[in-house]
Amino acid sequence: MSHLSIIPAQASTIAPQVDQLYWFIIGVTAFFGILTSILVVYFAVKYRTSDPLAVGAPITGSIPLELAWSIIPFLISVVIFVWASQVFFNIYRPPDQTLNIYATGKRWMWKFQHLDGKAEINELHVPVGRPVKVTFTSEDVLHSLYFPAFRTKADAIPGRYSSVWFDATKVGDYHIFCAEYCGTRHSGMIGTVHVMEPVDYQAWLSGGSGGGTLASRGERLFSELACNTCHITDGSGRGPSLHNKFGMQEQLANGSVVNIDETYVRESILTPQRKVVAGYQPVMPTFQGLVNEENVMALIEYVKSLRSSSGGATAAANTAAPAAVAPAQENR
Amino acid sequence: MEMTLAEPRVDYLNVRHTVASWLLTKDHKRIGIMYLVVVSLAFFVGGLFASIIRMELATPAGDLVSSDTYNKLFTMHGVAMVFFVLIPAVPAILGNFVLPLMLGAKDVAFPKINLLSWYVFVIGFLFTLYAMVTGGVDTGWTFYTPYSSRASSSNVMMTGIGVFITGFSSILTGLNFMVTIHRMRAPGLTWFRLPLFVWAIYSTSLVQVLGTPVIAITVLALAVERGLHFGIFDPALGGDPVLFQHLFWFYSHPAVYIMILPPMGAISEVLACFSRKNIFGYSFVAFSSLAIAIFGFLVWAHHLFIAGISVYSALVFSFLTYAVAIPSAVKTFNWTATLYKGAIWLKAPMIWAICFLGLFLVGGLTGLFTAALGVDVHIHDTYFVVAHFHFIMVGGAIMGYFAGLHYWWPKMTGRMYSDAAAKTAAVIVFVGFNLTFGPQFILGYLGMPRRYHMYPEEFQVLNVLSSAGASILAVGYVLVAIYLLVSLFKGEKAGDNPWHATGLEWTTQSPPLPHNFDVQPVVTEGAYEYSKREIKVV
Repeated sequence: MSHLSIIPAQASTIAPQVDQLYWFIIGVTAFFGILTSILVVYFAVKYRTSDPLAVGAPITGSIPLELAWSIIPFLISVVIFVWASQVFFNIYRPPDQTLNIYATGKRWMWKFQHLDGKAEINELHVPVGRPVKVTFTSEDVLHSLYFPAFRTKADAIPGRYSSVWFDATKVGDYHIFCAEYCGTRHSGMIGTVHVMEPVDYQAWLSGGSGGGTLASRGERLFSELACNTCHITDGSGRGPSLHNKFGMQEQLANGSVVNIDETYVRESILTPQRKVVAGYQPVMPTFQGLVNEENVMALIEYVKSLRSSSGGATAAANTAAPAAVAPAQENR
Repeated sequence: MEMTLAEPRVDYLNVRHTVASWLLTKDHKRIGIMYLVVVSLAFFVGGLFASIIRMELATPAGDLVSSDTYNKLFTMHGVAMVFFVLIPAVPAILGNFVLPLMLGAKDVAFPKINLLSWYVFVIGFLFTLYAMVTGGVDTGWTFYTPYSSRASSSNVMMTGIGVFITGFSSILTGLNFMVTIHRMRAPGLTWFRLPLFVWAIYSTSLVQVLGTPVIAITVLALAVERGLHFGIFDPALGGDPVLFQHLFWFYSHPAVYIMILPPMGAISEVLACFSRKNIFGYSFVAFSSLAIAIFGFLVWAHHLFIAGISVYSALVFSFLTYAVAIPSAVKTFNWTATLYKGAIWLKAPMIWAICFLGLFLVGGLTGLFTAALGVDVHIHDTYFVVAHFHFIMVGGAIMGYFAGLHYWWPKMTGRMYSDAAAKTAAVIVFVGFNLTFGPQFILGYLGMPRRYHMYPEEFQVLNVLSSAGASILAVGYVLVAIYLLVSLFKGEKAGDNPWHATGLEWTTQSPPLPHNFDVQPVVTEGAYEYSKREIKVV
């Protein structure tokens, strides 16, 4: 990398799209900027006078000109708007099949959690040529997960999930920055994303993960926290069965319908009274303070793994043991 | 010339000399001068913070100040400059001084409220200064939650109170000006004969009156959450942090137009005067001010494109942002066309105005990048945005303020400053400014996030350029302070109309009479009828 480059490494499928648009806007603005500057300087020199009593020509305006310089910039703006919106959709709409990774931002580090159980801090290993989706939240204040080489970022907002996706195109190491001010060591909340050849990535993944997959950790938590006393597979418990629920819709007690996604599962763990499934009593206690964001993600991944074979979107879905919920215990 | 037959004249400055005569004055001109003193102090304080920031950023390591100190520096730089310089500079200093003169009025509609505005402003400023010297504040001038409500241990409350109080000064001044413009125009001074500066001040006042209460409510809600732990913004208490951003920017984006519209008005005056011409497309320039004021309320969420708002609302706000750019473009084209076939007299105010045009052009055009959704995702919260808004706020608003200050300085003080020194300063500021903020566009696109105390080494070259530019910029500003101060004591007497300008403010003496005019002026023509007019040479 030369120190004099004016655009960062282009290392994702999105990056060239963003850069092309960037160059287009540079072209448009340079044209208008230079044209106007030249006219200002030219007029100022050409019509200059040192006679304070001289007066200018009696020109008051021109409707055709006013229309021209309102409408032409507007039309150009519309072109930029449409083009930029298209790119924006591409940036935020991930492909159907992605390699999923979870992350949490906390002051002042990024913790990345791979589905196979491996976790890393301020480092992220990903394979080249495969779409990766990072789903993340914050444990404290606002952060923003920013990959300049992939031209994407999104704010990490406590209490919500955000996501970014990218399809890395070049093997190499690139910056990860926190872009939203978060206090003392905001500028130290940086890391490196390592884009690797698929074989290297596989080798890295298999190098001592320990602790099992994320879904299996979620399964352990599911029984440690006694979730399984109420959420029984056959639906006979005090809470609804969680099998084959993720990605579906559910009717709520208040009559509305909710999509069962990461956000809803998280909300149901932390504020269970807020959206109760129709036909069930609001008896579930909150787990706020009992599970941290990383454990919530493990639980979500477990709930995801309870889908019967469909999807296959996650690498862990195959490895996590499905339908192995412990029998109901009545001693609670 | 006129000095040979001059005898001591009574003016607003020499009519009384006691301290009490200043502190209890209801004269809009004296109140304007008192704002000038406080705002200049705030500009100095804010500039000092900026200097330390740029010194720190000359090296990648955080080696000059600690991270906490750095965070406080950029926060207090922003707070001082936004709330105590950019918002009041042109309306409260120049507006107070020249608006009643331009209207042919004796004073503003409510002189006592005008004095009250100044006191409220000073009290707010003192609270903020107190917060700064007793430990400072580190939330960023944007006060984003939940950092500001939960995590920060700095003087958030005290600073918030300062900003809250200052807001009322802004509201009172806005109300006062609106009523003044409606009720106190001289006979014959119809709306379309008003100087464009008045249109700009009127549009600004609208925004001040309608927008400022929202920031007051937002700061209050923040205080309630921070002090009483009511869950409004903090998700841990059941609140929504993004709600804060909506509320904050619902004021603070229109506030950008509070900062830039009045300098735009001043630029229209200067360009017309030194081109000896009508402003090209007077009514388009006038209505573009109103259009900016109104559309300005509809674009706040463009600060939230990556903050988890829906992609469809992002589309709407992106589109509206392009819509608000059009009136600014229209103004710029009209200003350029005003120069065509003018009789361009390149005195110092004109040089400042031309420098304004160059910098505002860059500031406005780079807004097209930040409004473009697909590009904004990448440049949001990077130095690109820092560079963009400094081109608008400093390159635009401050250069426009200086153009206006140089234009009306002879009227305000009765003295001329050195034209050569003023032109030199304008050029130094222009060069220093471009060198400071130009490289930051590139830094931003390369990915350097804003509010970074330390940064990776590859960004150093551009940061050193930027810091070098900042020192040139500082020299320019110090030069302005020197020759303006010198002019007070050694400046040539200005005469009533040194620029041979149209406009009622130039028909009274310099410095003006305590009650502005001996006889009630009557207006019979538009604001810039240079071509029709026999200009009186004094």
